[in-house]
Amino acid sequence: MGDVIRATGLVKNYGNLRALDGLDLAVPEGTVLAVLGPNGAGKTTAVRILATLLQSDGGSAEVAGFDVASQPGKVREHIGLSGQYAAVDEYLTGFENLDMVGRLYGLGKRRSRERAHELLERFTLTDAADRTVKTYSGGMRRRLDLAGALVAQPPVLFLDEPTTGLDPRSRTDMWEVIVELVKAGSTLLLTTQYLEEADRLADDILVIDHGREIAHGTADDLKAQVGGERVEVVVGSNADVAAAKTILSELADGACVVEEHTRRITAPVKGGAGVLMEALRRLDAEGIEVLDVALRRPTLDDVFLTLTGHAAEVEPAADAKAKGKGKGTKSAPAEFEETAAR
Amino acid sequence: MSTMTIHKSLLDGAIVAKRNLIKIKRVPDLLVFSTMSPIMFILLFAYVFGSAINVPGLSYREFLIPGIFAQTVIFGATITGAGLADDIQKGIIDRFRSLPMARSAVLVGRTTSDVLNNVLVIFIMSLTGLAVGWRIRSSFFEAAAGFLLLLLFAYAISWIMAWVGLIVPSPEVVNNASFMIIFPLTFIANTFVPTNGFPPVLRAIANWNPVSSVTQAARQLFGNTSAKYPPPKDWSLQHPVIYTLAWVALLLAVFIPLSVRQYKRAASR
Ligand SMILES: Nc1ncnc2c1ncn2[C@@H]1O[C@H](COP(=O)(O)OP(=O)(O)OP(=O)(O)O)[C@@H](O)[C@H]1O
Ligand SMILES: [Mg+2]
Repeated sequence: MGDVIRATGLVKNYGNLRALDGLDLAVPEGTVLAVLGPNGAGKTTAVRILATLLQSDGGSAEVAGFDVASQPGKVREHIGLSGQYAAVDEYLTGFENLDMVGRLYGLGKRRSRERAHELLERFTLTDAADRTVKTYSGGMRRRLDLAGALVAQPPVLFLDEPTTGLDPRSRTDMWEVIVELVKAGSTLLLTTQYLEEADRLADDILVIDHGREIAHGTADDLKAQVGGERVEVVVGSNADVAAAKTILSELADGACVVEEHTRRITAPVKGGAGVLMEALRRLDAEGIEVLDVALRRPTLDDVFLTLTGHAAEVEPAADAKAKGKGKGTKSAPAEFEETAAR
Repeated sequence: MSTMTIHKSLLDGAIVAKRNLIKIKRVPDLLVFSTMSPIMFILLFAYVFGSAINVPGLSYREFLIPGIFAQTVIFGATITGAGLADDIQKGIIDRFRSLPMARSAVLVGRTTSDVLNNVLVIFIMSLTGLAVGWRIRSSFFEAAAGFLLLLLFAYAISWIMAWVGLIVPSPEVVNNASFMIIFPLTFIANTFVPTNGFPPVLRAIANWNPVSSVTQAARQLFGNTSAKYPPPKDWSLQHPVIYTLAWVALLLAVFIPLSVRQYKRAASR
């Protein structure tokens, strides 16, 4: 199967600022590419070029077999776009918005009406269908905008941060919709700040920063790049830290790291849960009080942090409160590291 | 262009126009404001200035109303610019630009709905005019031609405003800029007072100002003229209909392609 979306050496300058600096990407038919990157990395710029809204200053790109620069009209017939900021009309109702988009895609009167109703239903907006979008919440606008991208069931979809600003339930709904679309054969490029999202949805992940690729691969590839699993133990008293370190060092596959003030010892391991059990047994035998113990696998958060030198930045306000852990800013909407024991 | 694409581009234009008209319906303030100020103008000029301004052989109110029509439809045309700038700012233009629709459709739809808005405004103005003593003294067809010419001129102005709306950063700028330009443009003309008394340079500018010619043409077509007050000798006012149509053709020929090109370029800001 060929690449439905392909870009080579994309360059875009804004004055002196180089927003894209020779970006390459390829998305084979029926797959999902997640483009990941911190604020200002160039994600939106790349999407806008691919969706024919912006002209690149260098490089070339093809979507659905058509060149974005020389055949933008053809490209538009095959794509659906949901940009980072909802492109909906405030003075129209939700229904009127979708109906208008349907008509402009060239669907007939009746078909576009049907399709509008279907999508409103799918995105749980039926109750708000006849209200003007002015009265919609941010998340409702976002959903309406996504529905707009799907009106003509285009084979290629560009979704720029599709779940930013959605509550957890709407986000899960959105993921379901995306999974269905891909099952039905759509090819998808999505950008996201949520590593969990990339992990869940993408076949392939491209991490960019300063308009350039900094890593590329499946979620597992990327995790492997940052290292394997590790056991973390927090002991109850400062006096036990040294003893615990000795025990863990015997089981570890590398040097242990000790955080004195939190009394946390981290040991890289091979062997997963078995090693964890053994560690617990030995600590118990020595009478060391253990407050917390976990087996951690690297998350895409770690990948992000390691590769870009900073954490994914944007954090939905609702999630911010739920997370008390101080690890700078974090972005994954839910905790998803595997915790073997508590 | 094949008939297929022409058909599609007209259809798309109509869809966009419909959307703009829905907005007028939903936000009636727009219409209220765009008619309130001309109504106020009619009343102020008719009763305040009218008492001091003398037009030989004609009631000042009959002289005034076609001038106010001209000014009003020109201001009405500025909605085109503000509307487009607003669409860009709100991001809906991005949706349009990602759709396989005719490139000209957003502009065609915009200018069309603004003409329709102007029809409504002129209707309200005519009623106000009739209430203060303005009368149409020509045939039905001449009067219709008068209204048509006013709307056509406004349509041409809409295309200038479309271009302006696409190059400025925000709708407020369009409003301020049009205020700065359109006020002098509609005042340095025969709209409110005869130009005879203007200083020579200003008089020359006023007499060749297409706002004067469209006003003069409307006066003639509505029969609001008097033998005692012949128009100035300048060719533009001796042949106001032709001169106005020439301007319309020129403006459309220049600003339609300019605007369409700018639309293709305008990235959302
Ligand atoms: N219209 C513009 N004019 C000037 N600079 C711009 C413009 N659009 C984007 N940039 C710059 O280009 C760079 C890339 O921006 P882009 O919007 O593509 O980032 P992003 O990865 O989408 O970020 P975010 O996660 O915040 O959405 C940024 O430094 C931004 O400031
Ligand atoms: Mg962005």
